[in-house]
This record gives sequence, structure tokens and C-alpha cells, in this order.
Amino acid sequence: MVGVKDLKWTPIPIELAKKPDYFISGHRMCAGCAAPVIVKLALKALPNPENVVIVNATGCLEVASTIYPYTSWKRPWIHNAFENAAATASGIEAAFKALKAKAVWKDDLPIVLVFGGDGGTYDIGLQSLSGAVERGHKFVYILYDNEAYMNTGIQRCSSTPQFAQTTTTPAGVVIPGKLEWKKPIGFIIAAHGNAYVATANPYFWIDFVKKVRVAAEYNGPAFIHAISICPRGWYHSSKITMTVSRLATETCLHPLWEFDPENKEYRITDKSLEIARNPEKKVPVEEYLKLQGRFSHLFTPTRRDDIISEIQRKVDRDWEYLLKLAGMK
Amino acid sequence: MVEEQVEMLLNGDFAVAWAWKHVEPDVVAAFPITPQTLIVEKFAEFVANGEVRTQFINVESEHSAISAMVGAAAAGARTATATAANGLQLMHEILYIVSSMRLPVMMAVANRAVSGPINIHCDHTDAMGQRDAGWIMLFTEDAQEAYDTTIQAFKISENPDVLLPTMVCLDGFLVSHTAMNLKVFGNPKIVKDFVGEVRPVARIKLMGEEVELSLNPRNKIPLTFGPFCYYDYYFEFKRQQIEAMKAVPEIVERVNKEYYELSGRLYGNGRLVPWNVDDADIVAVVMGSAAGTLRWVARKYRERGTKIGILKVRMFRPFPWEEVQKLLENKEVVAVFDRAQDAGAMVGPLSLEVLSALYYSKNRPKNTVTYIFGLGGRDLTPELAEKTFEELIRIKEGKEKPFIKKYIGVRE
Repeated sequence: MVGVKDLKWTPIPIELAKKPDYFISGHRMCAGCAAPVIVKLALKALPNPENVVIVNATGCLEVASTIYPYTSWKRPWIHNAFENAAATASGIEAAFKALKAKAVWKDDLPIVLVFGGDGGTYDIGLQSLSGAVERGHKFVYILYDNEAYMNTGIQRCSSTPQFAQTTTTPAGVVIPGKLEWKKPIGFIIAAHGNAYVATANPYFWIDFVKKVRVAAEYNGPAFIHAISICPRGWYHSSKITMTVSRLATETCLHPLWEFDPENKEYRITDKSLEIARNPEKKVPVEEYLKLQGRFSHLFTPTRRDDIISEIQRKVDRDWEYLLKLAGMK
Repeated sequence: MVEEQVEMLLNGDFAVAWAWKHVEPDVVAAFPITPQTLIVEKFAEFVANGEVRTQFINVESEHSAISAMVGAAAAGARTATATAANGLQLMHEILYIVSSMRLPVMMAVANRAVSGPINIHCDHTDAMGQRDAGWIMLFTEDAQEAYDTTIQAFKISENPDVLLPTMVCLDGFLVSHTAMNLKVFGNPKIVKDFVGEVRPVARIKLMGEEVELSLNPRNKIPLTFGPFCYYDYYFEFKRQQIEAMKAVPEIVERVNKEYYELSGRLYGNGRLVPWNVDDADIVAVVMGSAAGTLRWVARKYRERGTKIGILKVRMFRPFPWEEVQKLLENKEVVAVFDRAQDAGAMVGPLSLEVLSALYYSKNRPKNTVTYIFGLGGRDLTPELAEKTFEELIRIKEGKEKPFIKKYIGVRE
């Protein structure tokens, strides 16, 4: 399949900026939240943004963008429940196929674009997502991963990084935050074998919009895992969202890659490809951790070198694994 | 004019599948659960052989089945699914969302007892657990009625004044797996003309534009389905849903009548099917296949001059309480036969509805009792029915004291 590298489309900032916004201001997402950036870019990346149906799992984005009687969505949009965005998408896709077969719908089939948070994707919605992917529906699922249940007040999710504090994994004198390593959701979806899977970061926006375009043009399920910075839940200033976002990839905590299901290839992309070729460009994880209050217990009152080095060891391990998968090791 | 029909030997599940075949929904999503499986197996055959153009989604759970229905129906498609028992319970959360979004989904429920202990046979507890979910609920008595009611359900739900989902219940095994000679339309076009070749999607006025009430990307104003509602609007949403429910009784009656003109088969007024109720001293109120058993036993009593009537409730939601009140006025004894669990409640769910209706009657029956029967597929045999009728006669004659409820056919 055509991946990011062979894509015959170069996103030009001024052209994207001129495209109409289908996710408009007036919503109540927090200052510094990366989710609206992800949504706006994704909608501008579609080949035909007019012909789209959007599905949203329960979460910050859904709650803050559709407070009745207002809506920020200038395209058809549906929110069903928390755990079933992918199943809902499969119904929409099937509906347009059936209506097309009966000549009730005469245009091209619309792109079914799903936005789900990490709770609705990693945890409660995993079954629904796995089912829809396995059945091979054509839909683009964008996971905006802010690494906890932010909408309900920053509770632990299986996407929460190890040793991060959340309200249900507080850093206590005995337990230093969440004890488990983050679940590798991208690999899990890739393991289905039939889905285009990619990771993304709104800071590296060209890579992101290209991946959305690749996903939209792929004739099957597509899954994009975008890291989504949450100043409120990560406890940092809303001014440094994009700095934190950049560091997530520069430290290799959230490396950029894509999986081509037809050729069974993992390909490292953009900044991560640069780091793969120039390992000295990899930034120590501490640079990322120290900016965020959710990791503050690793630095004060006493510095926990044991934990920081444990995180670094695991990040290095996972990065090496990815390099092997991508045939770069 | 009654249209040409062919006789077929079908069980209730196959009857539903044949009704679907004749209606040809755009999207069917389902997950197998006994005793619903034959519906989806038979329908899968129709799909595999190209006899219908339906998109059939073999989902990974009932939760996803009903969730896919939400997406498909919101997209403007005609939709159908089927389930039972635990599957219906797994759908529970989404059932409320379907009705609140005013999506005309048709769902067949092959009524089965709920776990635990796990059981696969008939009772109505599964459906009764969903009675407040805002769905229209129709109970059928046999495979013929299951076929007819399935077709009617699409027309009822899709009526622009209704736009509410309909659950068509058929007793697990007793109806779902019991074959009978029944009549289906020889020409599917008759059914298509009856329900409409494609689903009539409602159009609404919005900010000066007329738009289709769907996710249609061609709408001049794209619609947002399932927004977040605070206390400032939620109550009004619910109030409107209640208002939509009010339109249902009349439309059920009209569809029942129009269908009768095509098929020659009439189910009372669509809501209630009374059998010798007018002059009866004793009336048994019942739903589902047990209505047939009770009627059969009551016939023998009638022959001997004992005036027993049977009131079959076909439409449980919305509950036709005013008509029930009227039909049961001044009766000597009313006995409600409830095929559902009632733990912790005064009586079973059907009986609660009947008692509530009777409370406001100026001419209450002299005695009202409840029998809980048939849980987990326990038979209501004619002998057992006869025993209860004997008891009701003794109550009528003042030889025995009335009671609130009794469990029949169970080892105490």
C-alpha cells in the first residue's frame, strides 16, 4: 500500500489554512489541550472533507464540543456511548454501502472518521474497536491519547505511563504512581493484520496530516494513535503544550511509525526516522518528565534516580524493539 | 383486498427471518444467542444467496450489534437486529440511546430467562428488564404473529410521528423453535409496498433550511446526533420522547388494520386481543404463547357455561392502561399471568401495570390476583391452567379467599 513516503500529496500550510474549518471555535476544551489541534488537522487532511461522517466516543472532546444547543461540528457528527465508537462507525459504513447499492446514496461513500480518547480506545472500547477492525470496515479511527480519564478527573487508564500520578494512582509514600507500563495499543491493532496503523504527534503535523490522508485512502480499517497533550491532567502550563508534545517523540516515548498491512512492514517516519539515523539526537526522558507535575514526585522532595533510570531503560528497550521491527537494527 | 399468500412450515425464528427477507432492511447487525440464532442463520443464507441486498454485520457482541444499529439508523438506513436474554441485557445501555435519538430500529427478542443460573428457555424477564428504555414492545403468540408483527414493526417505528424503536418479542423455543403452518406473502413486493421500498427518513426544519434527520453529508446544515445535555435541556428531551410515545397506540392500531386488509389476519386492535372478555366473570390477562394455552383451556369451561375470558396484551409499551381498565370493569375475578421474575416487588411487571390501571378505575374488579409462572421455560400445561381456573372459580364463588400472588408450577 501507499504509505507516507510514497504519498502523492504534499501538505502546504497556506493551502491547509485556507480550507474551511469543520471544527469551529466556541467549544469548551481547555486552553493548551492538543485534541482540537488534532481534530482540525485531521479534517483538513481528508481528500474530500465535505464527504465525511464523524463518530465521537464519550470523552472530553465530545462533552466540550456539543453542549446543547451548541455544536462545534460543521459536518455530520454522532456520539453514541463510551465504548462503542467503532461499532457505531461500522453501522454507518454498512448503511452507506447498502444505500448505495439501492441507489438511495449516489455519491462516493463518505469517509467514516472516528475520534476516541484513550479510555474509550485502550480500555472500555477495545472490544468494539477490535471487532470493527477484524471485520474490515473502511473507517479511520483517530485515538487522541491524553493518557488518563481526563474527562472524569484524571483517573488511571491502561494508557497512563508508568509512574505517572493520577487521581486513582496517586503518588504515595509506598506506591509511586501507576505501577504498570503503558499498553502498546498500536501494536495490538497492527496485530489484527488488516489495518493501516500509525502513530502521530500534532507537533510533527506534516507527518500527521499525511498519515490521515494515507488512512483515508486505504481501503480498509485505519488506526492513528496521536499523542494528545493535556496540561490539566499532566500538570504543566498550557503555554508549553507543543514543547511537551515535541519531547514525547524526541525522547522516543512516542515514536512515529506506520504499519503497512499489505507488505507487513513497520516504517519509522519523520522525526523518529531522523533519530533512528542519528541516535545522538535522542533526548533523555528526564527532559520530558521534569516538565510535568504528574511526574513531580520523581524529582521532589527527593530525586528518584532509580525510577527515572527505570523509565529510560524501558524506553530504550521499546525503541530498540521498534528499530528491529522496522528493519533498522 | 387480501393478497396471495403461500403456506410454509416455519418456526418463529424462521418467520422473523422471512419477514426480514420480505422487508429487506438495509443493515442487520447481530450476535448469536440461543434461542435467537435461527433468525440470523436463516437470514445469513438469504444474504449469502443474494436474495436480499442487506449489509449483514456479524458483530462481536450484542453491545456492538445495537451500537451498529445506532450508526446505521442515524445514517438513514432501515435497520434490524435480534437477540435474547443476556444479549438483551448487554444492550441495555444503548437501548435508551436508540430511543432518545429517535431511531426506528426493529429488534426481535426470542424471550429467554436471564442468568443466573444460566438457562436458555422462555420467560419474559429479559424484555421486562428493558421496559423503561423507551421502546415500543409488542408480544407475539405464535410464529404467524411473529412474521406479521415483524413486518408491522418497521412501519410503526418509521412513522414520522413515532420514530421510536420497536421490540418484537417471541417466546424462546415455545415460539422461536416451534414450527407451524403459516402464511407468508407470495410476492415480497406486497410487503415492500406496505413498509415502503426505502425507509422514509423524516425531514425537519432547522435554521430556515429543510434537512434530513440523518447523518447525510449532503444536508445543508449537518446534524449533531447525541450531544451533551445539561439540566437545562435534558428534561425537555425526555418530555418530547414521552410525547412521541403517545402517538404510538393509534398508529399500532392503524398498521394492524392496514395489514389485515392485505393479509386477512387481525390481532385485536393491535394493542389488546380480547377473547370472550365482554361477558366474562373471570378474566385471565397474559402475554405471549401462554395466551393460546389459556384460551384452549378456557374454551372447555365456556362449553360448560363458565364465563372465562382471556385478555392477551400484545402491546406492552406503551401500556394501553385505559383500555385495560375499561375491559376489566366490574369483573368478578381478574388473574394476571406473569412470566417474569418479581423478586422484591409486590407482583410481576405485567401485573404491576394492570394493578396500576385498575387503581384508577371507578369500577374495579372484585378480586385481582397474580400468578407468576413459567420461569426458565417451565411449562404452563393445560392441567396447570385448569387448576388455576378452578381456584379462580372458587374465589368467584366466595369459597376461597383471594390472594395477592402465587407461584404456579414450581416446587415450594
